[in-house]
Amino acid sequence: MPNTSGPAEVRGLQPDGIDHSPRATAVLSYFVNRLTVAVLVAITVSIFAFSLLRLSGDLAAELAGDDATAAEIAEVAKSYGLDRPFHIQYLDWAGSALQGDLGVSIFSNEPVFDVITQALPVTLQLATYSLILSIVIAIPLGVLAAVKQNTWFDRGALVFAVSGQAIPNFWLGLMFILLFGVMLGWLPISGQDSWVHFILPTLTIGLSAMPVKMRLTRAGMIEVLQSDYIRTARAKGLNPNIVLFKHALRNAVLPVVSVTMVTFGRLLGGTVVVESIFALNGLGFEALQAITRQDFPVVQSVVAFVAFVYIGLTLLSDLINAQLDPRIRLS
Amino acid sequence: MATDQTSTAAAAATAASDTDPFHVEPPTPWQLMGRRAGAHMGFWIGGTFVLICALVAIFAPVIAPFDPLAQDLTRRLVPPVWDEKGTWTHPFGTDKFGRDYLSRLIHGGQISLGIGFLSALIAAVIGSILGMMGGYFGGRVDAVVMYLVNAKLSLPGLLVSLALVAVFGGSFIVLVLVLAFLFWDNYAVALRSVTMQIRAQDFVAAAEAIGASRRRIILSEILPNLMNQVIVILTLEIALAILIEATLSFLGLGIKPPTPSWGVLVAEGREQMFFNPYLITIPGVTIFLVAIAINMMGDGIRDITAPEGRN
Repeated sequence: MPNTSGPAEVRGLQPDGIDHSPRATAVLSYFVNRLTVAVLVAITVSIFAFSLLRLSGDLAAELAGDDATAAEIAEVAKSYGLDRPFHIQYLDWAGSALQGDLGVSIFSNEPVFDVITQALPVTLQLATYSLILSIVIAIPLGVLAAVKQNTWFDRGALVFAVSGQAIPNFWLGLMFILLFGVMLGWLPISGQDSWVHFILPTLTIGLSAMPVKMRLTRAGMIEVLQSDYIRTARAKGLNPNIVLFKHALRNAVLPVVSVTMVTFGRLLGGTVVVESIFALNGLGFEALQAITRQDFPVVQSVVAFVAFVYIGLTLLSDLINAQLDPRIRLS
Repeated sequence: MATDQTSTAAAAATAASDTDPFHVEPPTPWQLMGRRAGAHMGFWIGGTFVLICALVAIFAPVIAPFDPLAQDLTRRLVPPVWDEKGTWTHPFGTDKFGRDYLSRLIHGGQISLGIGFLSALIAAVIGSILGMMGGYFGGRVDAVVMYLVNAKLSLPGLLVSLALVAVFGGSFIVLVLVLAFLFWDNYAVALRSVTMQIRAQDFVAAAEAIGASRRRIILSEILPNLMNQVIVILTLEIALAILIEATLSFLGLGIKPPTPSWGVLVAEGREQMFFNPYLITIPGVTIFLVAIAINMMGDGIRDITAPEGRN
């Protein structure tokens, strides 16, 4: 007898119960499942973010400085509430955070909420511009590379992509400053007053975010272009460009869309270097400064905030994908 | 009766291959890999460059012409040899303290490559174990592994590393561990799904049927089939780890100056970059070339060991 059932059944694994339930239940259980995991992960990550600067063992001693006496350390601990048990401190912070109160910066006495809301627009602009730039370059390049597979153009595009992944971000930024800011004098090299100030930072991040999307587009297009429906579309004499961009790209570009959403979440905490090079007061730069100053209320809230946005975006992207492609939620 | 038929058929087959003048033995998998390796330019170029860099880094004290920390204030900011005022004594010039830049670059390579390699290796061990456990045992174990991966993925990696280095100090060991923590998840995700596929194959079922222990199955049936994946991810992660180490050191939360690492060199050169651009171009181009060579090598290993995974 041919063994079509496969070794999974031989081992007596539980059959997947979802397969047999009605579609609606499957969708609902997938959503509930995904949501539960997201909430659990969010709680874990917030505990991690909270403990980050406390990992040295004694945050109060660090804050008080090297030559502080025990009494001074105790005073620092008391004034910041660091003398309470860890879980009380955490619950206190998390409880207030849920009501929108993230505490105050110990450096500037500014509410952490304000620090975040002031820095966020800068980083959001930077992330949005960079992603748009990376998509505008990556998709046409990926499509062309797939159409002209294994030609000099394809190889050139691959070299471009590999280079983009291998250039250190901070160094590329400095090179842009030297070239466009100092030697040519075309563009401002620091500040955030107008859109012109965002050109060089956008170029720096956009070029490093581009290669992954280009490779995904190329791989997706190569696969789609071999499929039957494309052959049919071509055979019935449709305009090749319509086949390429309307029929093929639409399917090939799905992974690029979800990667873009994930990259957006990544960039909120990942633009530190570029922000510090171009003197942009974004979220990353604020976090970097807070880290060097041991400003723990700012650090824990920014890290948790960025993580929460990421969790939300991936959840959203998963749910959208599951809605679009039934194979995902049933597997 | 049935045995008769099979043995006759087998005999006929042997006879056919003995007498058939056109019969060619199909190449073994190793021979196929050898052929693909021979034809893969990227693998050879990248691999050779990486090998040279690794040797230079390992033998840095022997190769470097000067002590990387020795200051000579009479020879400050000597330009590199391609500049009119450059000399062959200092091919890459000197920095603002008169330290020989080539020597700092070579010793910096020891630290940058060392951190990159060790952290990617530790990440590979942690991530592979988790991924294999999740993929092999499935169920709750898998749920825990995926939960850890999800938690790790949602943390802003660069900010967390910066904070960890700020707390524990910028020593070699701390950076290796922080970067290992940053990179283990890729192995876990990739190996989990491959382990699931392999686990469903007949040779694993056969091993289970003859009563092999789980340890034996994981170590000698599944692991060998994952090694090429691990090596491919490892090479690509080494390149990433080198870039992140340079980033951390550049931001001042990595290797502490005066100890050279490539990121430290760019960071130190930054204040002089408008007047002496070579101070940032030299370490920057070095990082770029090494990262590109490692990527070429990694892509090459993937094409050679698993050509179907190519994209």
